[in-house]
Amino acid sequence: MDLRKLVERRKLTDRLFAALGICCVLIALLTLVVLMGDLARQGLSRIDWQFMTSFPSRAAARAGILSAWVGSLMIMLVTVITAVPLGVAAGVYLEEYAPKNRLTTFIEINISNLAGVPSIVYGLMALGLFIYQLGMNRSTLAGGLTLACLILPIVIVATRESLRTIPSNIREAAFAIGASKWQVVSHHLLPYSAGGIATGVIIATSRALGETAPLITIGALTFIAFLPPPPVMSEPPFVSFQWLHDEFTVLPIQMFNWVSRPQPEFQVNAAAAGLVLVAMTLSLNGAAIWLRYRMRKRIKW
Amino acid sequence: MKQRNLWMWAMAFGLTLSFVGCGGSTSTPTKPETKPAASSDTKSADSAKASTTTPAAVPDKAAPQVSGGTIKIDGSSTVFPVSEAVAEEFQAATKIKVTVGISGTGGGFKKFVRGETDISNASRPILKEELEQAKTNGIEFIELPICFDALTIVVHPSNPMNEISTADLKKMWEPAAQEKVTKWKQINDAWPDEKLTLFGAGSDSGTFDYFTEAINGKSKASRGDFTASEDDNTLVQGVSGDKHSLGYIPFAYYEPNKAKLKALAVIDSSKKDAKPVGPAPENVLNGSYTPLSRPLFIYVNKKSADKPEVKQCVEFLLKNVADLATEVKYLPLPAQAYQMATERFAKRETGSVFGGVPEVGLTVEEILKRELKK
Repeated sequence: MDLRKLVERRKLTDRLFAALGICCVLIALLTLVVLMGDLARQGLSRIDWQFMTSFPSRAAARAGILSAWVGSLMIMLVTVITAVPLGVAAGVYLEEYAPKNRLTTFIEINISNLAGVPSIVYGLMALGLFIYQLGMNRSTLAGGLTLACLILPIVIVATRESLRTIPSNIREAAFAIGASKWQVVSHHLLPYSAGGIATGVIIATSRALGETAPLITIGALTFIAFLPPPPVMSEPPFVSFQWLHDEFTVLPIQMFNWVSRPQPEFQVNAAAAGLVLVAMTLSLNGAAIWLRYRMRKRIKW
Repeated sequence: MKQRNLWMWAMAFGLTLSFVGCGGSTSTPTKPETKPAASSDTKSADSAKASTTTPAAVPDKAAPQVSGGTIKIDGSSTVFPVSEAVAEEFQAATKIKVTVGISGTGGGFKKFVRGETDISNASRPILKEELEQAKTNGIEFIELPICFDALTIVVHPSNPMNEISTADLKKMWEPAAQEKVTKWKQINDAWPDEKLTLFGAGSDSGTFDYFTEAINGKSKASRGDFTASEDDNTLVQGVSGDKHSLGYIPFAYYEPNKAKLKALAVIDSSKKDAKPVGPAPENVLNGSYTPLSRPLFIYVNKKSADKPEVKQCVEFLLKNVADLATEVKYLPLPAQAYQMATERFAKRETGSVFGGVPEVGLTVEEILKRELKK
């Protein structure tokens, strides 16, 4: 009798917790759905070929986001090209090579702290270092490097985490047959952790994609009605790096500017630009999941 | 079109590259980084000493690859819509590249006095410290008023009031009113015994500086217990959602929201027998909407003005800004003022008539006639 009551009560607690959990999930989901729904209701009809291929304009109907999305992609390119090799190498060093002593512990704690520093601080740092000290232009290069600094700690942490998930018997086995440390890292650890690293990188990238504050600090522009010179040319030497030195704008800044306009038509444009931004972020995240899935499938331990 | 296609290819290439980068190859993609850093040094040095090198771009034949001939405009977000309109039209007409930023009036001047920009947008005159920095850096500039903005006092449409005097506004907004003046009745016995809700510009904006200077007599002196926002749309929402509210917003924000807001006519208490004057374009133009109509400026770097493309741009602006400003709901200056501004630019008369001290209630003729202080 007593036992049955006890079981009943525990089952009830169980069900209550499940109900609570569902509520929590629903709150999170509903907020997202309402937000996205509102954005889509306002902006979806505005997204068309003209919107994607036009420059900003004083007339809301003629305005578009060409320079903004091209700018966003360029910045991301610079960011990823800089942050990934640096971050992965630093992560591998800290996890596999560095001696475990107070100094490395100190460095590790600080890297974790850096991941939590507000982005505007990175903007100020970049303004002082890149623009004033190194005399760079307020260019795509400076913007990309700023965001690279911002996501570097995230990439390092992601690299270390995914290196840690590799069982140590893999390392031991490789060492046992006479592999050097570098061989262990390059033949085994990096390929096995690539999925995790890629996920971390892409999540960091989607964070960087939405950043506004540090880019405004280093001087991203708002009205820019031309594209930078393309990186590939039809005549030799075929590759050009001029685009790195050009001024830029990015999607969140274009959005921010439109939101603060008096005319209601610009609010629609802002919502549409927001949708494009969300779509870019979502496709990045989708790519992350797909990559992880593919790479995990290849690993057979 | 060709350029655009190349970009598409480049993006596809870039995306693959970044995925390869994620896939674990750590050494290859770093190459592009080192070389450009060095050349960016030389380029920024070039633009800082723009006068020593010969202006590179020929306006009419500017090749798409040349980025040297870009005109750089930065500064006030209030002036931005006007500059954007000018930049858009100028670029369409001449193919010369123009960029416009919104660093705010102060942020814009910071770049301007370092010689980083050609033209600075400003919703207030240049201040003393900025003048001194310009002097130490050897930057001379030409100050040109380009249009008007009228700060508009708005209330809820159901509010029976039609006018307000600047003296009453001062009672409402002065620092001493903080936590003391909380009801309409406290200001004027004829007004209801209802809670007074105030909406105004955030303390970083030029609008705040101007309003406090014009109403309270001292820039940045204001009560602090009101709803402040840098985003004027927020203020529009706030005032239209509260029956007993009052706020001040730029005219450009009142115009599209006429149905939701009511603008009050302003009585200038500093004048004898002043009549209430509404924030209508004609009242701003004839100078009767005082003290809340304010001129907006551009500052042109004198060295930049010697470059043909910048000269062309400023002349284009002075010629067309009246129409373009009207289109984006700003108020143009009288035609005569543009004439005077054009002359000032043609003669390259440098310096500011304000000498670093902000003033309110000046007519545009005064601004253009007064002696320039350097």
